[in-house]
Amino acid sequence: MPSTGFKRSRRTPLARSIAFIAVLVASLAFVSDACAEGLVPYEITGNGIAHSLTGAPGDAARGRVLVLARATTCILCHSGPFPETRFQGDLAPDLTGAGNRWTVSQLRLRLVDASRFNPDTIMPSYYRADGLVRVGRNFVGKPVLSAAEIEDIVAYLATLRD
Amino acid sequence: MIFWRAIAAATLFAATPALLAGEIPSDARRSGYSFMGPDTRAMQDDDTSNPGMLFVLDGEALWTRKAGSADKACADCHGDARDSMKGVAARYPAFDRALARPVTLDQRINLCRTNHQQATPLPYESRDILALSAFVAHQSRGVAIAAGDDPQAKPFIDQGRTLFTQREGQLNLACTNCHDDNFDRRLAGSPITQAQPTGYPLYRLEWQTLGSLERRLRSCMTGVRAQAYDYGAPELVALELYLMSRARGMPMETPAVRP
Repeated sequence: MPSTGFKRSRRTPLARSIAFIAVLVASLAFVSDACAEGLVPYEITGNGIAHSLTGAPGDAARGRVLVLARATTCILCHSGPFPETRFQGDLAPDLTGAGNRWTVSQLRLRLVDASRFNPDTIMPSYYRADGLVRVGRNFVGKPVLSAAEIEDIVAYLATLRD
Repeated sequence: MIFWRAIAAATLFAATPALLAGEIPSDARRSGYSFMGPDTRAMQDDDTSNPGMLFVLDGEALWTRKAGSADKACADCHGDARDSMKGVAARYPAFDRALARPVTLDQRINLCRTNHQQATPLPYESRDILALSAFVAHQSRGVAIAAGDDPQAKPFIDQGRTLFTQREGQLNLACTNCHDDNFDRRLAGSPITQAQPTGYPLYRLEWQTLGSLERRLRSCMTGVRAQAYDYGAPELVALELYLMSRARGMPMETPAVRP
């Protein structure tokens, strides 16, 4: 696990901020035309992302619904304390106790870009839209989850304590 | 202790010299059949309950039906498929010298239609191409897979292997991440297989019909949210060839049944 990777800051210089704002403005006109630059910039500190991607805390109840929704893909690989759901995966660790094992900051980075912890991981980077190969037409330039969805899921996972 | 472990590791390494990282050792390969429950196995094993056999019967009828402006049936050149087609599907995709590339069994059937029957090619995944393909491949049931033996196929096998190990799509996953590294684990409750294509075309309960290996590959690509290659694309043929060569020696099961 390359600890140097955690120190890399993604704070954007002024020029990029302006470009970012321009893209935001443009995306108001062309909502479907979201592109990689439309992702909220985030800063990695230590082995996590300390600040909420939306600037606000997520909603844990909504997060639970998202974790159980197949479209978010969590329970295709993970299992967890979800007695009402039959078809869970065992490709990845059980989410029970995730809130004990990881801080909110670590959970956020694990969702945003788990490859920073292990470059060979099979866990997708849920908040990334560049450097990918042959992305399906409907998904080009879009992260798997929105910033708000990441925050909701982080808020829920933090409640999973033994 | 460490010494003996080193010897054991060295022996293992020496015994499998051609194995690339992540590849499944030859004696550990398993058909998708072995991952299924008893009911689905029974459905495949009994020809009277195997829905794929309906396609095989349709294919048998098509085999002797004249088609195209040449007014010829498959049987007019190839005779009794039970003799002439035995073992053929086990060698596909096969290198075509005229085209200088490998072709799938479906493509070979359509090349026969256009070149020898002067008939229009059958669309991919149409009932007739699946039926003919199933009928031809059924003649190889129990025959050991032998695809990729032609030295000219090698660069295409290599291309297929590269594609198999290439991460792709919004979920950024390669075939190998699941089918070499995590078979027998469960994805959304279903066992992940080794992707040994022993029974195509096969009847998939999820599809409620027979389907080709290309259809299966395309649905995996869609699953990782990648742009699936078009039917017949050289990349899909290369992947199919790599998978068949990876399953070399395993017996054909066509028509297999899968969940």
